[in-house]
Amino acid sequence: MEAIRCQGLTRRFGEKGAVRSMDLAVERGEVFAFLGPNGAGKTTAVRMLAGLLQPTEGDAWVLGSDVRLAAAEIRRRIGVLTETPSLYGSLTARQNLAFFGELYDLGPARLGARVDELLGAFELGEAADRPVAGFSKGMRQRLAIARAILHDPELLFLDEPTSGLDPTAALGVREMIQQLSQEAGRTILLCTHNLDEAQRLCGRIGVISEGVLRAVGRPAELAERFWEGLWVEIELEGLADGTLRSVLREAGADGWEPLGDGVRVRVASRDEIPSLVGALAGAGARIYRVAPKEWSLADIYFRIQQGSAEPMAEGGER
Amino acid sequence: MNWRAIRAIMRKDLRVVLTNRMVWVPMIIVPLFLMVLLPVALVLAPTLDPDTFASGEMMLDDFGPMLTALPEPIRDRLANMDSTQQWVYLATTQLFAPMFLILPIMLASIVASDSFAGERERGTLEPLLYTPVSDGELFAGKVLAALVPAVGLGLVGFALNVVVVNAAGYRLMGGLFFPNVDWVLMVLLLGPACALIGLGVTVLVSSRAKTVTGAQQASGALVLPVVLLMVGQLAGAFYFGGGVILGATAVALVIGLALVWLGARTFGRGELVARI
Repeated sequence: MEAIRCQGLTRRFGEKGAVRSMDLAVERGEVFAFLGPNGAGKTTAVRMLAGLLQPTEGDAWVLGSDVRLAAAEIRRRIGVLTETPSLYGSLTARQNLAFFGELYDLGPARLGARVDELLGAFELGEAADRPVAGFSKGMRQRLAIARAILHDPELLFLDEPTSGLDPTAALGVREMIQQLSQEAGRTILLCTHNLDEAQRLCGRIGVISEGVLRAVGRPAELAERFWEGLWVEIELEGLADGTLRSVLREAGADGWEPLGDGVRVRVASRDEIPSLVGALAGAGARIYRVAPKEWSLADIYFRIQQGSAEPMAEGGER
Repeated sequence: MNWRAIRAIMRKDLRVVLTNRMVWVPMIIVPLFLMVLLPVALVLAPTLDPDTFASGEMMLDDFGPMLTALPEPIRDRLANMDSTQQWVYLATTQLFAPMFLILPIMLASIVASDSFAGERERGTLEPLLYTPVSDGELFAGKVLAALVPAVGLGLVGFALNVVVVNAAGYRLMGGLFFPNVDWVLMVLLLGPACALIGLGVTVLVSSRAKTVTGAQQASGALVLPVVLLMVGQLAGAFYFGGGVILGATAVALVIGLALVWLGARTFGRGELVARI
């Protein structure tokens, strides 16, 4: 069963379309990343899915419930980490958690035990009775995550969970998210513009810009879509552009694109790499490095953001 | 209605308010000034210039028009007092009475602005909106967080007022003389109704104001009607007694409830989240 399903989900503010005709399905237990720059529409999409904002058009179901008809029921079953921790600075960590626990209607006995459990698990036990105003950014973020999972939600929305944290604190938060994602059946939707984070934590990604969901899939699938076949990066010197092109064409390369210090070439299979390198060397190229290209999420992301959503043309230079 | 959630919101708002010195300091100083220092000063004023008060000049200069509007029973009571006693009685029971109303209006306004505008200013509103609590429950929790201390502190202030006024004037008046029935009606009926108006206006202002200070400044104009009451009474335009108090309570209740209702309409999640 799907945790999230959207069909043509749209939200406009006046004339401006914050989210435009979004179609998306996220399976239960999946860790999915919404990637996009600030203002791309990620937070608006989450707010619609949580029933805070009514869609202007389209439909969405979260955990099987319609966001228009069962917003309160959905909010009972989801947890949201907002972009900023948004904690009550004058209250203690324990008071912050206890307050939200009451709003989620946790019984007094369960609430006390759950608050203690989370404060311990998130290494906030010693600071539990201190005002949050004195906490470091990392401690606040950990407390905010604890608040988001206080009621053991089936679906967790995490909006920029490591934004503004130092590398050590960010690593700690990532480990926490990894741990949460391994808990049975929990779905996580991560909104981020941190590509490294998305690559480490998520199975599938959706790239969103200007309110449009441009592409959805596993990074490897998307790479295959944009860069079909096997690509090899060759660092070389000593060949003029025209010569390089004719050598590549004669060697049977499917496609190529220039790199700063060489060329990236598409080949049909690994077996073609030695003959290609031989042809280049035979034409007088000095070859320093040959390596199959592994497409990073950053490559995929920037290719999509540049609007190059079409697969590369066969046998041509880009 | 989930009353547990409403109580939790109310308790949380009050906790936050009580840790904010900018909020609780005026909540203590203003009642102390209005309900303790000022009335004691009025009662003890004759000791500074006994001759003027004993001569009755003060009565004629300050209360002349007001005396003409007083009902017969009060005039009869005043007739049995000397001019210094008349001053103390009129200053504490009549002249000063409308000042009490500043208290519930101001207290409701202070807490409501911190609760509504403050939540947005501190950036703590969004997680609240993601909880399953309904808009109505959220609104009710915040309204009660402002209303309960406003009415409660008003009652505490009145109790203090009764003690200090009687203590300060006991010897001069020859016994306990305060409060009268009008005061009790005002404290129990008109005070809470005025708190409702203070709350309603602040909720409406807070939905537009970006900061707590902005919301409080805009709500400050609410004390003007109280000043008009005092001036009108001094000018002899009316007697601020039972009839006027009951009428004013009814009007204030209608206005206050209408304002709160309007405020509730601006408190939908959609509107709130758009202003985060």
